[in-house]
Amino acid sequence: MYRYDEFDHRFVAERTDEFRAQVVRRLNGSLTEDEFKPLRLMNGLYLQLHAYMLLVAIPYGTLSGRQMRMLAHIAETWDRGYGHFTTRQNIQYNWPKLKDVPDILDALASVEMHAIQTSGNCIRNTTSDPFSGVAPDEVEDPRITAEIIRQWSSLHPEFTFLGRKFKIAVTGSEEDRTALKLHDIGIQIVRQGGQVGYRVLVGGGMGRTPMIAKEVRAFLPKEDLLPYLEACLRVYNLHGRRDNKYKARIKILVHEMGLETYREEVEAEFARMDRDTIAVPDAEVARISGYFAPPELEPRDPGDYVRALRTDPAFARWAEQNTFAHRVPGHVAATISLKPLGGAPGDATAEQMRAMADLAETYSRDEMRVTHEQNVVLPHVALADLYKVFRGLQAAGLDAPNKGLVTDIIACPGLDYCALATARSIPVAQNIARRFEDPERQREIGPLPIKISGCINACGHHHVGAIGILGLDKAGVESYQITLGGDATETAALGDRTGPGFSYEDVPDVVEKIVDTYIAARETDETFLQTYRRVGMAPFKEALYAA
Amino acid sequence: MLLDETGEIAETWERVPDEADIPAEGAIIVPLARLEEAMGGRPASGVAIPNDADVRELVPLFPRIGLIAVDFPSFADGRGFSLGQRLRDLGFKAGLRAEGPVIADQFAYLLACGFDQVDVSEDVALRQPVEQWLAQLGKISLGYQRGRPTQSIPDQRRAYA
Repeated sequence: MYRYDEFDHRFVAERTDEFRAQVVRRLNGSLTEDEFKPLRLMNGLYLQLHAYMLLVAIPYGTLSGRQMRMLAHIAETWDRGYGHFTTRQNIQYNWPKLKDVPDILDALASVEMHAIQTSGNCIRNTTSDPFSGVAPDEVEDPRITAEIIRQWSSLHPEFTFLGRKFKIAVTGSEEDRTALKLHDIGIQIVRQGGQVGYRVLVGGGMGRTPMIAKEVRAFLPKEDLLPYLEACLRVYNLHGRRDNKYKARIKILVHEMGLETYREEVEAEFARMDRDTIAVPDAEVARISGYFAPPELEPRDPGDYVRALRTDPAFARWAEQNTFAHRVPGHVAATISLKPLGGAPGDATAEQMRAMADLAETYSRDEMRVTHEQNVVLPHVALADLYKVFRGLQAAGLDAPNKGLVTDIIACPGLDYCALATARSIPVAQNIARRFEDPERQREIGPLPIKISGCINACGHHHVGAIGILGLDKAGVESYQITLGGDATETAALGDRTGPGFSYEDVPDVVEKIVDTYIAARETDETFLQTYRRVGMAPFKEALYAA
Repeated sequence: MLLDETGEIAETWERVPDEADIPAEGAIIVPLARLEEAMGGRPASGVAIPNDADVRELVPLFPRIGLIAVDFPSFADGRGFSLGQRLRDLGFKAGLRAEGPVIADQFAYLLACGFDQVDVSEDVALRQPVEQWLAQLGKISLGYQRGRPTQSIPDQRRAYA
């Protein structure tokens, strides 16, 4: 894992001091509310429906036991004993008091964390693959690149007052677990003729105008990463729309300008700039890479793993569903589902955070990853230890064996917390999960990502849910629009609308009808998405709307 | 209030209103549309440009431009930051001024994007006197980017490695 040096420490400490002074200047009238707002947002502080909300960055989702314990401590000391892991691999606290925020930021800084640029019209937390350093098909650990981008994008003087927020994701694998094509810029590490470099995608995004990113550069030599990103951002900053915040994302610019023209502008800017001066020095790349050297895992005998599989069916079910093959034999990456029956997707209590920290420290080389599906991964677990991990998770109520299944639902906070929401999300997720409570039934249904957003801003990623659910307000009544066939992976697709929306109460029935239609239509081993792509919308429409 | 990184400075340029006659001599700032007119007999003119100007067209005129003043219509409209940087990348070496309701918290960013002066709106200057602007400069002493006036963390690391 990356560790701060004296410069990183100083930077974060100075940033916190600056924010403390900005709060004072807001209170003494030096800054107007309008001026203060973007400054507070760029420090992660939102004003929500009931209270302030603090969004803490977990760079590329990676954190240590010590950091997770601090998140638990913050939850207990300054919030209501829990936190919410978000689809951007961050954690949000829903009830901090404004006066406590600088102290929270100090506490975060003490464990090398911050809330810088988790909001605002700037470059946000760079996200990455939760199976970085684990996936067998990985070209290179994408967190090296993500950390380079994290540093470069921190208080970038040119890109701190952009037209709109800007999200970058990095993956090192062909199989995409980062929703790469739904980002303003998606970077895929690729190998071309023995050389490792980047494939760069641009203009993806969700929100009210969802778009799949397009390839702007098939191969970018590694040393050109930062100059090329500066060129991409500069063309966006100069030409992106400023007249309408809903048309201000880079996806709209690329769409309106045309990919070809955008590319030409970027290449011209790139050719003109002093690239050597902007590029990160080789020694710095090497220094950062050193922190992401793979842990020395020896192939290990599985020990009592096989016996436990036989004697404990609950463990067998969990191990089958929630583990991912590690490149080192005898190991797995284990997903801790934050989607227990009746829970709010992505929520964890302080006790649960400490339980995860304990397990990570003892069995996973002191490392965890937050996923954009709002779960937590223990990336380096020996099979020989897996049963102990499972028992620990069971004791903490973190043993839901549902990764990727119909109850592993992504949901934004929705009307229960959010000032923008037009409908509830969390209770909708809970009602669906209850309907599909039976683990055997979930297994029978197979992989089926459901994603729920409480408004068109799409924080719950509904456009790319195999079943997407969008909560709207129709004349004071919640109405839920359903989309089918969405996909956030390398085969990215936006979901198609089934037709008119449904009431809050009807959503579980609607989902069940969709699932039943799929089960009836599927051929052997077909997933929901495969069946949907083969049979199309018609049978689902029929099931939902024919009287 | 006109500032550079040392504090408040005296105005040495005269702004010529849109319709007014262009004086034969003196340091003047004219709107972009009147630049060639102003250039007539003077060695170096000042020009005020909107933040959506295509500054690539100005390159041939650079040797005869003494000041470019970039308009910031709102502090939240950050196009000017990229415009300043682009002007420097294009080789513009003379004075570069940001003008409009920019705030003290942006001073360091402006300097880092190639600006050397800020003409602060009156309303902002009333609330944020020169002391706040200068104080803001030392707030973040290091930057992660390279090739900018702020001390660069990657370069510092290399120096101390």
